[in-house]
Order: sequence, then C-alpha cells, then structure tokens
Amino acid sequence: MTEQKLPMAESPQGGVGTAGPPVEVEASSFRLVGTLTVAGALAGLAIVLVFQWARPQIEAYQARVLAEAVTEVLGGAARYQTVFMDEDGVYKDQPVADTATIEERIYVGYDEAENPVGVAVVGAKAGFQDVIRLIFGYDPDAREVMGMKVLESRETPGLGDKIEKDSTFVNQFVRVATLIQAVKKGRERGLDEEVVMITGATISSKAVIEIINMRVEELEDPIGTYWNSMGASVAEQEETPPPTTVGGGAP
Amino acid sequence: MSPRVTTPQHDLLRGIWRENPVLVQLLGLCPALAVTNTVENSLAMGLATFFVLLGSSILVSAFKNLIPKQVRISAYILVIATFVTIADLVLNAVVPEIHKALGAFIALIVVNCMILGRQEAFASKNPVGRAILDAVGTGIGFIIALTMIGGFREVLGYGTFLGYPVMGASFEPWIIMILPAGGFFTMGFILLFFAWWEERKTERVQPRRWMHGVTSEVGGAD
Amino acid sequence: MGELFLILISAMLVNNFTLVLFLGLCPFMGVSGKVSTALRMGGANIFVLTITSMAASLLNAYVLPYAPYLRVISFIVVIASLVQIVETVIRKVSPTLFRELGIFLPLITTNCAILGLAIFQTNKGYDFMEGLFFALGGGLGLTLALVLMASIREQTEVTDIPAMARGMGLVLILAGSLSLAFMGFAGMFSS
Repeated sequence: MTEQKLPMAESPQGGVGTAGPPVEVEASSFRLVGTLTVAGALAGLAIVLVFQWARPQIEAYQARVLAEAVTEVLGGAARYQTVFMDEDGVYKDQPVADTATIEERIYVGYDEAENPVGVAVVGAKAGFQDVIRLIFGYDPDAREVMGMKVLESRETPGLGDKIEKDSTFVNQFVRVATLIQAVKKGRERGLDEEVVMITGATISSKAVIEIINMRVEELEDPIGTYWNSMGASVAEQEETPPPTTVGGGAP
Repeated sequence: MSPRVTTPQHDLLRGIWRENPVLVQLLGLCPALAVTNTVENSLAMGLATFFVLLGSSILVSAFKNLIPKQVRISAYILVIATFVTIADLVLNAVVPEIHKALGAFIALIVVNCMILGRQEAFASKNPVGRAILDAVGTGIGFIIALTMIGGFREVLGYGTFLGYPVMGASFEPWIIMILPAGGFFTMGFILLFFAWWEERKTERVQPRRWMHGVTSEVGGAD
Repeated sequence: MGELFLILISAMLVNNFTLVLFLGLCPFMGVSGKVSTALRMGGANIFVLTITSMAASLLNAYVLPYAPYLRVISFIVVIASLVQIVETVIRKVSPTLFRELGIFLPLITTNCAILGLAIFQTNKGYDFMEGLFFALGGGLGLTLALVLMASIREQTEVTDIPAMARGMGLVLILAGSLSLAFMGFAGMFSS
C-alpha cells in the first residue's frame, strides 16, 4: 500500500503533449560519458570557487570560537598558543605532522604581561545520549581546574543539557581541585575537590567530571614537564624582550 | 504526471498547498522532522532547500535537451549535489550557528525525494520560465510545511516562537515536542487533522455509512 | 572489540537511525504493512549500508583530505554507482532474489539513511572497522524499526480504527510511540 510514487519509477516516456521529441534517438556512449564529464567539471569548478570565497570566513569563525572558549576556561587570557604532542608524549611548540587531531594539542594561555596563565585541554566521552565534548582550563602549579565549557553535547533538552545551561553547575568548575569527586546534592562535605551533580542529570554531570579527570590523569605529567620547562624560558625572557607573537595560534 | 497542459498560475500555486510536497505528497520527511525543533531552524532548512530546488530546476530545464535520457538521473543528482555543496559552504560562512544546528541534514537535501521528483516530473519537460514557477511554488509549500511543524514544536516545546517567549511565565514546556518522538507526533496529528477535515467536507454531501452495513441518509453537519 | 560492539549497539538502539536520527523515513512510511517485505527491505539496506561505509572510509582516508568540499558529490556518486552495481550483480547471481527485492533496490539510492550514514560516520571520525560496525548497527536498527512498524500495521488492519484515522497519520503517531519507547535505551552504556 505504497502511497508514495518514487519519481524515478515513472515511465521515462513522460507525458504526451509536453515538450519532447516524438521519436527517441539512442545517444552514443561517448555522448553519455562526455555529458557527465563536462557537467562534473563545471560542477567542480563552481564548488571550488565558492569554497575559496567561503574558507576564510569559516576559518575565522572557528578560530574565534576556540579563542573565546580558551579565554573563558582560563579565566581570562590575552592570547593563547597551541602546543602539540610528539610521538614520545612530550609537548613541543611545533606540530609533528599536519594531521594532528585536536585531542593531541593543548592551548597555553598568556596574560598581557606574557605570564603563562594556565593550560586549556579538550576532552570527549560518551554521555547519556551521545558524546559530550568540552574544554577545560588547568593550572599545573595549583593542580586545579580553572573553568569548564561544553563544546558539543546532545543531551536531553531540559535535563542533560543543564550541563551547559545551568550556571550554578558550570561555575563549580572554577578553581576546583583535581581529581574531582562527584557528589549528589545534599551529600557534599565542602571539600575542595567536590562538584555537586545536577539532580535528574547525574549521568550527564558524571560524564563531564569523568572527562576532566580522565584527561588530567592522562596528561598531568607531560603538561607538568612542559610547564616547568616553560617556566625556565620565561625567566630567561625577562632579560630579553618577548618575541612578537600573532594573536592566537593555529586552531 | 497528467499529460494535460497546465497554466502558469497552476504551476505556481499547486505546490503551495493543494499538492504540498510535505503535507500531501509526504516527500522530504527526513529534514521535515529532524530539524524542525525551532522555527529558526525550520526557516533556514526551508530556505536552503528552496535555493537548491530553484537552482537545480533552472539548470535542468535550461539544459534539458543536452542531457541524454539514459543518464538523466545521474545528471540531476550531480546538479542537485553541486547546489547543496554551495548552500552548505555559504551557510557555514554566513550563519555558522545555524549551520551547526542543521548539521548533516544540509547535505541530506541531496536525497530529498522532492527535489529529484520535480526535476524528473516537471523541470526536464518544461521551459525555464515554467520550471521556475513550479520550483518557487513547491519551495514555498515546503517552507510553509516546515514552519508549521517547527512552530508547533517550538511553541509547545520551548514556549517561544523565534526565540520570543509567547506562552507566559507559568508555562511548563512539553519537552517531548523537542525530542524525536515529538516530531513524529506533530506530523501525525497534522495529517490526522487534514484527514478529519477532508472527511467533514465529504460527509456533508454523501450519506453516512454505519459500520455494520446499515445506511442512513443523514446528510449535513451534526 | 568491546568498543566496536558498543558502537554497534549504540547505533542500533540508543541512536536508532530511524526513530531517533530521522534517517530512512521514506521506506519507513512506504513499507507495506507486511513483515516479510519489511525484512527484505531491511536486509537490502543493511547490505548497502555496510558497503557504503567501507567506500566512505576509503574515500575519507585517501581522496577527500585533498578536497573536503567535494564530500557530498563524491559520496552520492559512489552510492548511486554502488547501488547500480549491486543491482546488476544480484540480477546475474540470483534472479529469484532480484525478483523478490523488485523495486526496493533503486529506491535505496534516495534513502537518506545511506548518505546520512556516510556523513555521520565522517563527522564522528570513525576509522574503517568502527565505521563498519556503525553501519551494521544502524542497518540492524533500521530493520528493527521497519519490522516493528510493519507488525503493528499488520495488527491495525484487523482492529477497529475509524477509517478516517487510517493511513499516514496513524503510522506517524505509531512511529512517535516507538521513538518514545526507544528512549528507554538511552543511558544504557553510561558507567
């Protein structure tokens, strides 16, 4: 009882009385392939042109979103620099290969005086409905999370999406000690590392906390190494003028 | 399609309501239900699809004599895919937030049976002017249908219309309307409403039949 | 292996292609109220989905990094060609199967589930094996939804529904209820 007629299933003869030759001529294979090739080439050309026009705007937007997120989770930073992880698990200033995925980078934030403020890290894991992706700021000296921002989530509207929309929840991540302990509402003991989960959205809340803990455990040592090595070079730089840097590293 | 030659007005108007692609022909349901959780997204998807439909119809109609019959479907798909890619890039550059909300469904405009259907049934057999009218009519019908569904879902599911609160502070939103189930239910109820409306119209003229085979000449409204 | 299994079950139940992601609605609405047809349609879809997933993985790995804007065009061209090839192969290898599938094969090209799978797989960054399990899970979920809907519709043929309410309106309301039911699977894999 298919009510819907697929357009392709209609007879290729079309309707009588509409525009079209009364006698059908078989087109040669050459003409078939030729037509499609020409059409394909024109199509490709049109797309490339539009892409050239669109690309700078798309990249600018993405860089801006990232810069805003990094600044937000670091509690304010004048600029950030992207730092890449090489094969040995050591952070370096230059990417090893062009195809580094975003999880193998961190973003080091600097204030106006060129002092390093903290490190922004991206993490992702399955939440309640789908994968949650977030960025958080980390202070390697104090071993604290400085702030958290959800980048992508498809949690249940009205419940799970509170991990983004409930500012009480989000603000708990400003200056919380690692590793974070998730506690249910009413059971908190006032410890530095506690974050109270959202009632009715404990799974989503827990996922957020677990993402942060997972990334911290994974990366505290390499970050620590890089941070300390940077501390040395910052001290050196106080003697020499800081190099001029372009605002914002490569996304 | 009927072999009758149609008038320009007919070509323009039929797609808007009487042969509405979504509500009557039930084409393009995937985007119609997936991105209509807010009116803003519905309008964006409707306009993007409108652009693709119009562009494809113009090109297919303009080049209809150059496209060999055997490869016409592939040619149509190529044209449609090109416009979809362009629409995708433009949306991403100009309104990136909306582009993110619509997500993969912009690309899925390619397989919207409505567009391919109009190429096959009309644009490939009619001059460019008529093809434009047909595309505009169908496109407007699509936008109307999507906005209707989106309006329902946003008003009941968020309590807003285009972001403006319309239901008052004490309204507890029906979250289900934003969820996938809500999309199905909304469309289902709209179709049921239409069926009931049609039934009412025909009941006035025909004798009513009772279920057990007993007929009664009850004409007119209750 | 457990990770792959998780992807499969997630695509099949938690994020069911038809009832949650809104893919494959054309066959879903148009499938006759018969379970046997639904099974055959679902089977054909699973087959095309898995092949498409493999082709998409290859395209993503070797061709598209050079021209990311050609994604939509290359995917749809590949899908159309694959369906054509599958149709020809089945006709030669098993004419009975070809006759049984009938009109379904060409219909699959415009099934948004196939292109949707290729795009979702790309967006999630799945590699070859992950994509394959994703496609399998999605196909199984689609078949599950089709079969459930068909069996309910078979039932409604013999129940006392007013004539006015029969047809697509009813199918959509049933689909909504199924979608609600499938929401129960959410959170299945959270610790």
